[in-house]
Amino acid sequence: MSSTVAAPSKTAPAGGAKGQPSGDNRYKMLEATMKRHQYAADSLIEVLHTAQELFGFLEVDLLLHVAHSLRVPPSRVYGVATFYHFFSLKPKGDHTVVICMGTACYVKGASQVVAAIEALGGIKAGETTPDGRVSLMTARCIGACGIAPAVVLDGNITGKQTAGAVVDHVKGWLGNGS
Amino acid sequence: MDLNDLLEIAEKENASAKPIRLRCCTAAGCLSQQGDAVKNALQQAVADADMSDRVEIVGVGCMGLCSAGPLVKIDPDGALFEQVQPEQCASIIASLNGGGPAEASVGSDDIPFFSKQHPIVLENSGRINPERIESYIAAGGYQALFHSLREMAPTDVVEEISKSGLRGRGGAGFPTGLKWATVAKMKAERKYIVCNADEGDPGAFMDRSVLESDPHRVLEGMAIAAYAVGATQGFVYVRGEYPLAISRLKTAIQQARRMGLLGTQIFESPFDFRVDLRIGAGAFVCGEETALLRSIEGQRGTPRPRPPFPAQSGLWGYPTLINNVETFANIAPIVSKGSEWFSAIGTEKSKGTKVFALAGKITNTGLIEVPMGTPLRTIVEEMGGGVPNGQVKAVQTGGPSGGCIPAAHLDTPVDYESLAKLGSIMGSGGMIVMDQSDNMVGVAKFFMEFCMDESCGKCVPCRAGTAQIHKILTKVTDGRATSADLENLRSLCEMVKSASLCGLGQSAPNPVLSTLRYYPDEYQACIDGGAAAEASA
Ligand SMILES: Cc1cc2nc3c(=O)[nH]c(=O)nc-3n(C[C@H](O)[C@H](O)[C@H](O)COP(=O)(O)O)c2cc1C
Ligand code: SF4
Ligand code: FES
Ligand code: FES
Repeated sequence: MSSTVAAPSKTAPAGGAKGQPSGDNRYKMLEATMKRHQYAADSLIEVLHTAQELFGFLEVDLLLHVAHSLRVPPSRVYGVATFYHFFSLKPKGDHTVVICMGTACYVKGASQVVAAIEALGGIKAGETTPDGRVSLMTARCIGACGIAPAVVLDGNITGKQTAGAVVDHVKGWLGNGS
Repeated sequence: MDLNDLLEIAEKENASAKPIRLRCCTAAGCLSQQGDAVKNALQQAVADADMSDRVEIVGVGCMGLCSAGPLVKIDPDGALFEQVQPEQCASIIASLNGGGPAEASVGSDDIPFFSKQHPIVLENSGRINPERIESYIAAGGYQALFHSLREMAPTDVVEEISKSGLRGRGGAGFPTGLKWATVAKMKAERKYIVCNADEGDPGAFMDRSVLESDPHRVLEGMAIAAYAVGATQGFVYVRGEYPLAISRLKTAIQQARRMGLLGTQIFESPFDFRVDLRIGAGAFVCGEETALLRSIEGQRGTPRPRPPFPAQSGLWGYPTLINNVETFANIAPIVSKGSEWFSAIGTEKSKGTKVFALAGKITNTGLIEVPMGTPLRTIVEEMGGGVPNGQVKAVQTGGPSGGCIPAAHLDTPVDYESLAKLGSIMGSGGMIVMDQSDNMVGVAKFFMEFCMDESCGKCVPCRAGTAQIHKILTKVTDGRATSADLENLRSLCEMVKSASLCGLGQSAPNPVLSTLRYYPDEYQACIDGGAAAEASA
């Protein structure tokens, strides 16, 4: 796993503050969260949520840092980080498209939307395009079943989607450098 | 804070309401269809027309008919606008001033979708502003908590819930009063209350909507429960996929704390109760109670054998009461109106109402709340408006743990026992309607893939069994299966059902078994006729 995890981060600072907690504001914010939870081992999931929010994904160094701070074995931190789907040990693309594959969206044709984006980006669900532009993910219901099929484009939930409309949107991301 | 203070807040809130109120849905369904732009445009239009003295725009929770959103409802005259666009807002406001009819599509709330409902859990949804505690108090909120703390002994509260006949809404239908009594009887220095808001059934969004539309109702239910069983700390475990519900809950907890409705010496009584949030991280199995408790403790969410039940030994080994969001949302009305009122609703064994999330191939998608025992046909055909340009083929209830009910059984009353008899379950309330274009083997495979992915891997029958079942189903849909495979499929399903450790594995075969039972021809056709189309969507 180390090869995938060690891939250069999109969100880590160019200056390489990695491993130098004092030089990076995000470490300070992470520290504040841990402090608020009194460095309790049972706050591990809360802390990982914050870490992922700040850093975009959970690099091994970051997991070690958390393990050290909360005084829990690195194996447990790694075990928790890999158990929950929410946590990502790999960097995400500049843009993300999350296609809901819950039951309501499935019966309304979500698999065709997935297939269309997979074909467009030349990737499978869960992967990022080689140029790092777009990550494609699937979800198990985001609670917008009333407007299925639902697709989340860079964090914005959109409903009643079609393969064509989502393809057009993602083409825009792939096409220009914004 | 006492009852008079509550009443005073309510009075002030009601007095400050303007003569004309436009209720704007700001729950997730409408927000993802530009609902916030609509609300802003309405506000702007009111300001532009210089009508702020008599017109106000109120953000409310889900009104139920999410597929027609964004919804805007005018009080008191009652017009309901559907699919409102920001450009139409000026004309809506002008119409209030005699400016001719609004250029927006007008819906009706006099359709079966609304008129056949019996709102208890959802009575405030779409009516009050979920981000203002005053709005909840004006609707009578927190009076049930006051009544419990100041006028009832904890045992009276447990007794009242027991007599009401309320059963858990999280899926299994366990009698709520009995669970409370078990926790109340435990002698321990500490006890916990947990609200299960993990809502994992894909296609169900009742709990999400309740939390987004009326979060205080859930907090009040938890506080009453805490008083009844003797707990002082509560947790709400919410799915990470529900950011809006999380933010509204956070706001609600802060507001309640500030008013002294959570925290120490609530209503100037010796009762203390604190509530914290725990955010899930995307694992379906964490909806299972023992896995959920592990997850709150910061561990991998793997279930453990019961007994001991959480009521005996839960969080950090202390007695823990765990109930679903909708279960807690029923508590305040039962305490206020009495168990007899509640038990008069519903059927003999299934009391009260149930909220269902209607989705799939159905005209009106959204949330409804009906008395237990309402025929499935009433829900799907009358209220839901049936399948657009088609026929109902099946209704899926209970998600990955449930089954498909064929159209021939649409007259079945919806209650715990009747659905179980048909090989499905009530589940948490997801109802997905399927039509002739849906291939049932494909549907079974879809759910098995879900269970295979979500199996925590702790026990072999589920970890390996779901993968094997999925493999056979793939063979079937690819047209490579033989009759012997179908036999294997059946026996594998029985094995996984009986040998798995937790409810996930035990119920994972249900969608396969129920489609084998009602749609054997579709399986047979795959075998006879070669490759069947993948589940057409
Ligand atoms: C795999 C699995 C998933 C579950 N998911 C949920 C869920 O999302 N929400 C819920 O309230 N209960 C869920 N349950 C049921 C809980 O274990 C538990 O019975 C319930 O929270 C008890 O609350 P109630 O008595 O109020 O229904 C699930 C059970 C299993 C086996
Ligand atoms: S039945 Fe499945 S989900 Fe449940 S404990 Fe076993 S492997 Fe885990
Ligand atoms: S199934 Fe897609 S949002 Fe619920
Ligand atoms: S989300 Fe607006 S009506 Fe349901």
